[in-house]
Amino acid sequence: MILAFVLLSSMVVNAQSEKYAAAMQKDLDMFDSAKTTADFQGVAAAFERIGDAEKTQWLPYYYAGLALTMPGWTDTKLDKDANAERIKALCDKADALAKDNTDKSEILAIRNMAATQQMIVDPPTRWSTYGQEGAGYLSKAKQLNPNNPRLYYLEGAGIFGTPEQFGGGKTKAKPVLQKAVELFKADQPKPMYPRWGQKQAEEMLAQCQ
Amino acid sequence: MRKSIAAVIVLLIASQLYSQTIIQGKLRDNKGKPIPGASVSIKDSYDGTVADSLGSYKFSTTEKGDRSLIATNIGYKSFEQKITIGSTPVVVDIMLKEELSELKAVTVISGSFAAGDSKRAATVLNSIDVVTVGGGNADITAAVKTLPGAQQIGEQEGLFVRGGTGYETKQFIDGTLVNNPYFTSIPDLATRGRFSPFLFKGTVFSAGGYSALYGEALSSALILESIDLPERSAATLGVSPIILTGGFQDLAKNKKSSWGINYGYVNLIAYFNIVKQEPDYFKMPEFHNADANFRFKTKSGGMIKYYTTFSYSKLGLRRPDVDSGDLKDAFGLKNLNWYNNLSWRENLGRGWKMNLGMGYSTNTDNITQQLQDQNNQQLFPNAPWAFVKNYTIKSIQQLTQAKAVFEKKLFGISTIRFGSEYLYWVNNNEYNGSKSRLIDNFQSVFAETDIYVTNDLAAKIGGRFENSSVLNKSNIAPRISLAYKVGVGAQVSAAYGIFYQKPENTQLIYTTNLDYTKATHYILTYQKSTNDRIFRTEIFYKKYADLIKTEPINYYYSIYNNAGSGYAKGIEFFWRDKKSIKNFDYWISYSYLDTKREYLAYPEKLRPDFATPHTLSIVTKRFFTDIKTGFNFTYTYATGRPYYDFMYDGNGKYTIADRGTTKSFHNLGFSVNYVPSLGKTNPKLFWVLVGSVTNVLGYDFVYGYNYSFSGMNKEPIGPPAKRFYFIGAFFSWGVDRTQDAINNNL
Repeated sequence: MILAFVLLSSMVVNAQSEKYAAAMQKDLDMFDSAKTTADFQGVAAAFERIGDAEKTQWLPYYYAGLALTMPGWTDTKLDKDANAERIKALCDKADALAKDNTDKSEILAIRNMAATQQMIVDPPTRWSTYGQEGAGYLSKAKQLNPNNPRLYYLEGAGIFGTPEQFGGGKTKAKPVLQKAVELFKADQPKPMYPRWGQKQAEEMLAQCQ
Repeated sequence: MRKSIAAVIVLLIASQLYSQTIIQGKLRDNKGKPIPGASVSIKDSYDGTVADSLGSYKFSTTEKGDRSLIATNIGYKSFEQKITIGSTPVVVDIMLKEELSELKAVTVISGSFAAGDSKRAATVLNSIDVVTVGGGNADITAAVKTLPGAQQIGEQEGLFVRGGTGYETKQFIDGTLVNNPYFTSIPDLATRGRFSPFLFKGTVFSAGGYSALYGEALSSALILESIDLPERSAATLGVSPIILTGGFQDLAKNKKSSWGINYGYVNLIAYFNIVKQEPDYFKMPEFHNADANFRFKTKSGGMIKYYTTFSYSKLGLRRPDVDSGDLKDAFGLKNLNWYNNLSWRENLGRGWKMNLGMGYSTNTDNITQQLQDQNNQQLFPNAPWAFVKNYTIKSIQQLTQAKAVFEKKLFGISTIRFGSEYLYWVNNNEYNGSKSRLIDNFQSVFAETDIYVTNDLAAKIGGRFENSSVLNKSNIAPRISLAYKVGVGAQVSAAYGIFYQKPENTQLIYTTNLDYTKATHYILTYQKSTNDRIFRTEIFYKKYADLIKTEPINYYYSIYNNAGSGYAKGIEFFWRDKKSIKNFDYWISYSYLDTKREYLAYPEKLRPDFATPHTLSIVTKRFFTDIKTGFNFTYTYATGRPYYDFMYDGNGKYTIADRGTTKSFHNLGFSVNYVPSLGKTNPKLFWVLVGSVTNVLGYDFVYGYNYSFSGMNKEPIGPPAKRFYFIGAFFSWGVDRTQDAINNNL
């Protein structure tokens, strides 16, 4: 009877984590096929529901934040400040549940994107606030995990997008993107862990050649 | 047994997995509008969805029994309802109530502003905006003159706003009144403001209807909010043929405190030798300016700031005398000014905030006026017009003040603010050796509240009580404004207020048997703004009462009373756009003004000599990143201003002996700034080369006319030279601590 109870509870736990994995996978697939702002907001809401129900997992909040960064690059009508505030709030939730420095460095990468999107609204006047904020997240993230390839991709993309007169440009972006691509090749993420950025880094590096 | 339990469990899970129930309904806000993207879910489950663009939601769940359905969206109060999930679809219509939030709520902008919130203030200029106004020569007042409501007055300092005199506009730094914001007046010349635009993070110009926190200004308030901590430690040097400056600013490593000192020396001898001036300067203008500051953050996130500036200047100039063909007026001035401002802003906890301000300033003017012959020897002709042309004045103006404002968050985001201020004025005046002294103990108590009815409707209601010992009179001034949001970034607002101001010291010195002057403002504003564009239009009506009037007793003597009155009305437009063209920022202001007043020697209601019906300003700024250079042009047009010659009729009245209108005013100002260190990451040296010229097109300005005592001769009043040129290089060697601070704060 005791054995039965143990078995039963372990089955429940197992079923629970399988259910979690299945739900995550379903939402990750939905993420891959999302196109519009509404799609990404739907994906973010789905991940957030998993996070709220699980209460101990940081990844759902992480992906919810990541999903909201997507329209932040492309949708010109989106209120970037409101979107960034939502992303940062999700990062706070994820950060409270993150297990180690590797997790925390991934979350800082999301924060960096949110701040960058706020900066892009009006670079001349916002550089000193949001530009510096974003750069701060990136350097902190590198301290926590110097081998996170996404950090170098984001740094390289930032330099790539800055005009040469302001200290940016392809030549300066190239070594950073090269480092990103190297790290991506060596990177072996755990299941469900962040693995995005390799393709983008390689494409951007190709443009620098 | 074991098997059967397992089987039951499997069955249970299977049934949970495969028996799904539909949950659906409509999701609306309290106005019945859909909220696309709002999230709906079963609490503590994965199941849920987001509302579509029509406000419908629908999802299926495997959950069973009594559960909670929750709905959330940013800016709305979350919704939760118990539902029982069986096998039949559940239909729940949801209404989300809007949350009152400072981010979404409308802010009253009609002539009012939230200090320290530069994102929201109505028309805000930051320091870079000010210094890059073409031909503005980095003077705050010159930049503000490109905004609607301000007149183009070139022959005296000050802001003449909506039919008001320069005296009717007051400047406030961190909440406290500035007694001598400009360098001392020189006849027929506009002097600069004393404060560098780089001291301030925001310059807010209110053309009327401002908050009950500010008094003693009949028309307008210029609210300057000083910067908190500098971004970096730096040593600075400025070099130009006119001015030499040097300074040092130290920011502590922990970014919690800073101190700094600056010194500047201005001498116009070289410049006046190259660019000929109309007046004959017998004492070349020379200025020593020094300032110092310290600022630190308190433990609970408050801020204490101290700023002091000291200046000493000398100048002397001669002009032909208007009454006599061959004589000259020689005007000499020595000025000593010391200004101190201490402010303390603190969060007291439990929704309480405190703002304390203290100030002390003293200003000494030594003025000599002489009538001189061709050999520059003083003369004392025995003629009626000559009696007032030989004099000496020694004037010392002191102001000591303290102001406290407390703020408390009430229900929701509504706020109440109240406080008190005390100003102690001492004016010592010595005219040809005869001394007089004027002391005023001025007190005020004020309160205002920001009430948010909804996110779309807000009201600001306040009032102030003032008492002046020199007038021995009190007043109560109510102020009300309302704002209603009419769309995204668009609002209509209205303001009403009564404003009082003491008569000028030069009048009170003769008689204190006077009352406050009074103005009542009515303003209606429409504004639409997005990140980089703003459109604003305002109509206003202003009623003046109890203005100071001069009643003549005889040819040499007159008295003052409060019999004056007047009105001003008009419409203004403002458009600023930083977005349409990359690296191009421009704004256009147009003001229409209809005003008449009877004051001073005006025998009847007349358009005052400082007012013109139409004023247009176009400010453009274009920065070319390839050549790291910015080009800034400012064009200003104003219709002519009236001028009058008032004469005593020998019978207790003034009459208009002559009148006219000046020709219209055109001014094209230009400035260029070259920033070679731009784009270098962490440059050790940052420097800027600045060049500027006023009146590029060489137009002849006529601001008005000076009349001779007899009225037979009139001389145009114009600038001392057609154009003013400036060239200078400004260097800054800095240690950037931004990175340290970010790392420490994370």
